[in-house]
Amino acid sequence: MESLEHIIAGHPFFAGLDGGFTNLMVSCASNVRFEAGTYILKEGDAANTFFLIRHGKVALEIFAPHHTPIIVSTISVGEILGWSWLLEPFQWKFNARAVDDVRAIALDGKCLRNKCEENHDLGYEVLKRFARIIEQRLDATRLQLLDVYAVRR
Amino acid sequence: MATITTMDPMQPEPFQVREVSKETPDTFTLRLAPEDSIKESVFQPGQFSMLWVVGVGELPISISGDPFLHDRLVYTIRSVGQATHSLVNQKLGDSVGVRGPFGVGWPVEAARGRDVIVVAGGIGLAPLRPVIYSVLQNRKDYGRLVILYGGRSPRDLLYRKELAKWAHSPETQVLVTVDYGGLSWRGHVGVVTTLFKYSRLQPGRSVAMVCGPEIMMRFVIRELEGQGLSYDDIYLSMERNMKCAIGFCGHCQYGPHFICKDGPVFPYGQVRPLLEKYEL
Amino acid sequence: MAHRPQHILGAAQLGKLIELVARKGYQVVGPTLRDGAIVYSDVQSIDDLPKGWSDEQKPGHYRLKRRDDEAFFGYTVGPQSWKKYSYPAEVRLWSAERKDNSFRILNNEEKLEHPRAFLGARACELAAIAVQDRVLLEDRYRDPIYERNRRGAFIIAVQCTQAAETCFCASMGTGPQVSGDFDLVLTELLDSKGHRFLVAAGSERGAEVLSELEVIPATGEDRQDADARVEAAARQQVRSIDTNGIKELLYENFEHPRWDNVASRCLTCANCTMVCPTCFCTSIEDVSDLSGDHAERWRRWDSCFTQNFSYIHGGSVRTSTKARYRQWMTHKLASWIDQFGTSGCVGCGRCITWCPVGIDITEEVRAMRGGGKNGIP
Repeated sequence: MESLEHIIAGHPFFAGLDGGFTNLMVSCASNVRFEAGTYILKEGDAANTFFLIRHGKVALEIFAPHHTPIIVSTISVGEILGWSWLLEPFQWKFNARAVDDVRAIALDGKCLRNKCEENHDLGYEVLKRFARIIEQRLDATRLQLLDVYAVRR
Repeated sequence: MATITTMDPMQPEPFQVREVSKETPDTFTLRLAPEDSIKESVFQPGQFSMLWVVGVGELPISISGDPFLHDRLVYTIRSVGQATHSLVNQKLGDSVGVRGPFGVGWPVEAARGRDVIVVAGGIGLAPLRPVIYSVLQNRKDYGRLVILYGGRSPRDLLYRKELAKWAHSPETQVLVTVDYGGLSWRGHVGVVTTLFKYSRLQPGRSVAMVCGPEIMMRFVIRELEGQGLSYDDIYLSMERNMKCAIGFCGHCQYGPHFICKDGPVFPYGQVRPLLEKYEL
Repeated sequence: MAHRPQHILGAAQLGKLIELVARKGYQVVGPTLRDGAIVYSDVQSIDDLPKGWSDEQKPGHYRLKRRDDEAFFGYTVGPQSWKKYSYPAEVRLWSAERKDNSFRILNNEEKLEHPRAFLGARACELAAIAVQDRVLLEDRYRDPIYERNRRGAFIIAVQCTQAAETCFCASMGTGPQVSGDFDLVLTELLDSKGHRFLVAAGSERGAEVLSELEVIPATGEDRQDADARVEAAARQQVRSIDTNGIKELLYENFEHPRWDNVASRCLTCANCTMVCPTCFCTSIEDVSDLSGDHAERWRRWDSCFTQNFSYIHGGSVRTSTKARYRQWMTHKLASWIDQFGTSGCVGCGRCITWCPVGIDITEEVRAMRGGGKNGIP
């Protein structure tokens, strides 16, 4: 059973960040579990935490009136869930529902945010990493939008 | 290059429809057998036939069956227009004209001893299925088998039972995703490129075979390159309209390549300068 | 030419040559006058030939002009090429009938009754036949119709002693000196010494025909005379394509602004592909009668200039004129080399003459190299 410290230090997202910082993150981290079907994040709620998924699958969803919830994407093992904690208004835009039983490491986004304000070098490193995640999600979303499998008439 | 001089490649052979099964609301698999029952039907994975319905027309369709069964030819066809609609509505015992097989197929032989990565989008899994059969038939001749498959939605996925079966083969990883999931779908939702991060690839010893809409293939290739695969280890299946299928009518030209006889399978290195040219 | 035994055939003997070849079972086809042009048709005697006629060709311009002599072959090339016979515009590949719940192919494709004799084949045309041989006989598959029509043909070549303004075979290395496959070659000489032909055989069956004609050995002076005229035809050419690195030039200039320029003029009328002696694109069409019991598969000339020539599910791949003109020119001058080892262009100039807006392929190449007309790229 890997320790929190081990997992965090070894995760690509945190790679290259100075040791002192990793310790800080570990001190603000905790193991969490979500039963299948429960909501990890809710649209509109304050966003102060982000998650490193260790097991299971999470669906990003949105409700529409007279429509069953639409899943826009799933996030699974090894991925980071949530970036709205990083930028104002620090609010979730989507729901995140555990599709299976999910085990994750919850990280203190608010704490990290404050540290980034104090230490801009750290802030730049963190933003670079998130920019990478956002870029990947954006490319994937654009490709999804193209609806390449649809029949064109 | 040896010139083929046997029977007239412009004349279809009569085949009979022996089985029609529905894969998705608009996609059907046809099993055909030659009316002349002593004739053996041999093909290489990745090759295609020209299928002719009398009075309707002729189309290129990839062969999607088991290359080790020589008493049949199997095709998975999506109904998108008049000709395909006619094909999928054939009844048992109806006649379909078959020409072929034509084209250069997947590098199943060259991939021996290596890991095989199959990346399919939508109906693109059909021309790749014979590759999967080949690898599973000679399992010890290959390394790991990774199948990454993306479809539009859960009900558009092909061969679901087989995918589940393949997932249980030794040294085999099967990952499936859809662009649009429903509530009852508990699998991945997102484009097929998002599956790479869950797969375990060893780039130096892998051969990737990719088939699907062109845009999807370009994004997938970018991922494969990012994973460290070289141009010569990535193969894709290109598509253009065809009429003769033997390199004479000129319609299927893609840059200097005739997709019917130089392809449809190409090593990425060969088509790389062409893929992003608009209106080539 | 110097290595072949040359003979002199009096002009009056040309009719005998035609008769002789016809008697051997060949249907003679050659230049005739029709609709203001010199077109290939059946030739029964010298009266069918365009005696005393020449042609004036410019971009988008073709006129017959009377000569001041009675030369039989005093023109260059007309709108048609020998592919009219070797690779006909419409061919029925097979017919089929419904039988029970199946079909049966009836192997009754049109058989060639008589092999033909091509009278008056120019150097560029022989080069074009060689180009089509490579495409249709020497690649992965062989076209049996082309093979039958072409191999069976008796070819009587004619050396060009003048060039049209649109000719550029010299720069393409395909003429005006005749080379390649032919049975007989004629050089028409018309001067104070009389109206005669220098004639040589290029094959055994050509030699056989020659042996049955009244000929006398040609003198050194006759041979020099003939050579000089062919050389003059070469020097007369005002157009050319610099083929050095032309493949790279076209491959690397996919986005050259010149394509937009030519696209603003091109009508995608497909004339160029119809008159080009090497264009081979066809369409396969299935037709059936009303009862649906009888079906036929036809092969017809097609052109990459048509809107839906290249498509995938969803629509045409080359919707713009620019894309289609670029495809044609790049294929003809560049991709052809990768596909078949030679250029697809033989410098006959037909595409220039018969383009209704006078697009000149030699000018387009020059513009792409950076030296456009009036310095405009």
